[in-house]
Amino acid sequence: MMLSRLKEKAIHFLFFLTAFSAVVILAGIFLMLVLNAIRAFEDVGFWDFFGTRWNPSAYGEPSYGIVQMIVSTFMTTLGAMLIAVPLGVGAAAYIAEVASPRVREILKPAIEILAGIPSVVIGFLGIVLVGPLIADVFGLSSGLNALNGSILLAVMALPTIISVSEDAIRAVPTEYKEASYALGASRWTTLVRVTIPAAFQGIAASVVLGVGRAVGETMTVLMATGNATAMPHGFLDSVRTLTATIAIELGEVPYGTAHYYALFAVGAVLFIITLGINLVAEMITAKHRRLTG
Amino acid sequence: MNLKKCKGMLGFGALRLCAVISVLILGVIIFDIAFKGAGVISWEFLTDYPREGMTKGGIFPAIVGTVFVTFITALFSIPLGVCAAIYLSEYTREGKVVRLIRAAIRNLAGVPSIVYGLFGVVLFMRGLGFGASVLSSGLTLGLLTLPWIITTSEEALKAVPKSFREGAMALGATKWQTIRTNVLPYAFPGILTGAILGLSRAAGETAPLLFTGVAFYIPKLPTSPFDQFMALPYHLYILSTQHHATELVKPIAYGTALVLLAVVLAMNLLAIILRYRARKKLKM
Repeated sequence: MMLSRLKEKAIHFLFFLTAFSAVVILAGIFLMLVLNAIRAFEDVGFWDFFGTRWNPSAYGEPSYGIVQMIVSTFMTTLGAMLIAVPLGVGAAAYIAEVASPRVREILKPAIEILAGIPSVVIGFLGIVLVGPLIADVFGLSSGLNALNGSILLAVMALPTIISVSEDAIRAVPTEYKEASYALGASRWTTLVRVTIPAAFQGIAASVVLGVGRAVGETMTVLMATGNATAMPHGFLDSVRTLTATIAIELGEVPYGTAHYYALFAVGAVLFIITLGINLVAEMITAKHRRLTG
Repeated sequence: MNLKKCKGMLGFGALRLCAVISVLILGVIIFDIAFKGAGVISWEFLTDYPREGMTKGGIFPAIVGTVFVTFITALFSIPLGVCAAIYLSEYTREGKVVRLIRAAIRNLAGVPSIVYGLFGVVLFMRGLGFGASVLSSGLTLGLLTLPWIITTSEEALKAVPKSFREGAMALGATKWQTIRTNVLPYAFPGILTGAILGLSRAAGETAPLLFTGVAFYIPKLPTSPFDQFMALPYHLYILSTQHHATELVKPIAYGTALVLLAVVLAMNLLAIILRYRARKKLKM
């Protein structure tokens, strides 16, 4: 009897350890980034990171400014959201409120499969399909630019926005809609004036999650944006994001140099940005839960 | 009155258009890759090594590498993830520690894949001395997949009715016996579905592999977990961006994309069918 209770306790503890490993891993990632990033500041001044030129391998006077990368990251993300938010919320409203169960059974798995398409495949299509199209339309020699990246990131963020928004729209109590119908409102008025506003926080959370996805995406932007290191002036300029910089340079930089550690500092900035975005999404959903009980 | 009706029709038409465009994007992706990639697919393409600077031959080592690395990912992330899910679903009530664990899982799911790559370099390659290898890459992908496995497994466990547990407890079974005999078997299809979906994402990931062990070209297959390897997603990346004659190898790039897409879609389809059947069973 004692032995079996001991065994139960041991199993309980083992399961606890596996679950707690999530905390350890997150803390580990954070510590790893911070400790390596700090070593970059032994050689590079802290304020040098706030410059707008990144050229760590320049002989004599290397520069480590990352502002243009942050601008590039948010520019491509903003462009992606301008495309993905109307499209995604519209599709979500259609799936949740209009589509028949049969159509829904087809649409939902399709969106799920879209979410499963590897980013490298979407990046590849950015090079062979979207790029030439952009070059044609705007009369450019190359279609690898911020616009291309935005279009691809919109595709990457779309499934997240659709599925989270759809859940939010479906969670709106039927009584709300019935009350609206009882007052003589049409289906469309009810959707636009009652259902969508009631689901607003869930929709907002879906957009924030989509932003997080776009900011952290590597392969699509790496392949489709041309990766010029200069500060971009418009969506037809080539850009290089935070993620792409790490992807391009970490494989080639010698271990233990200032450049090597500087890339971890870029990673730390990226981590903090995405963590912040996740916290915002969490605050929105927590508030939503409190309101709806 | 008529104007109002018109507005509604236009509005619902716009919503339908949004849904159609979303599905059309998927259609264009699959159609373009399948249409242009099918031409190069042959038995030789699937079983041969790349030849003549990757302008000829096949992608066999990349297929083997992807299977190998995904296998290691599964070995690491499924047991750990399922055990964590059992703890969260069966052993605990919501408290401070559990809230902390859940917050960590949600945030891990939002960490960019390239940051997992950096962590893999520091922890597995250098820290634990696994070097640039299938093992380092597989474990890095395992960390990336872990939050997904935990979340989907917990959902599967929570879907098992409470009465199943109460029945076993009433007969004097211990907690662990109850879970083993009355919970896990019923949650199994759901756990499997989540695991397959998670692994299909891992198989298509590129960024975490970049510095942890994937290679441009290796003349032999990886035979131990400490070997470097080729992988389908990375192969597609180098063929379309790093190769000296990207136009020349475009057909092979399309073929590689098709094989990668087929692997990922087959895994997705399997998961969707499994879930559909499990749902039907539960309803009966």
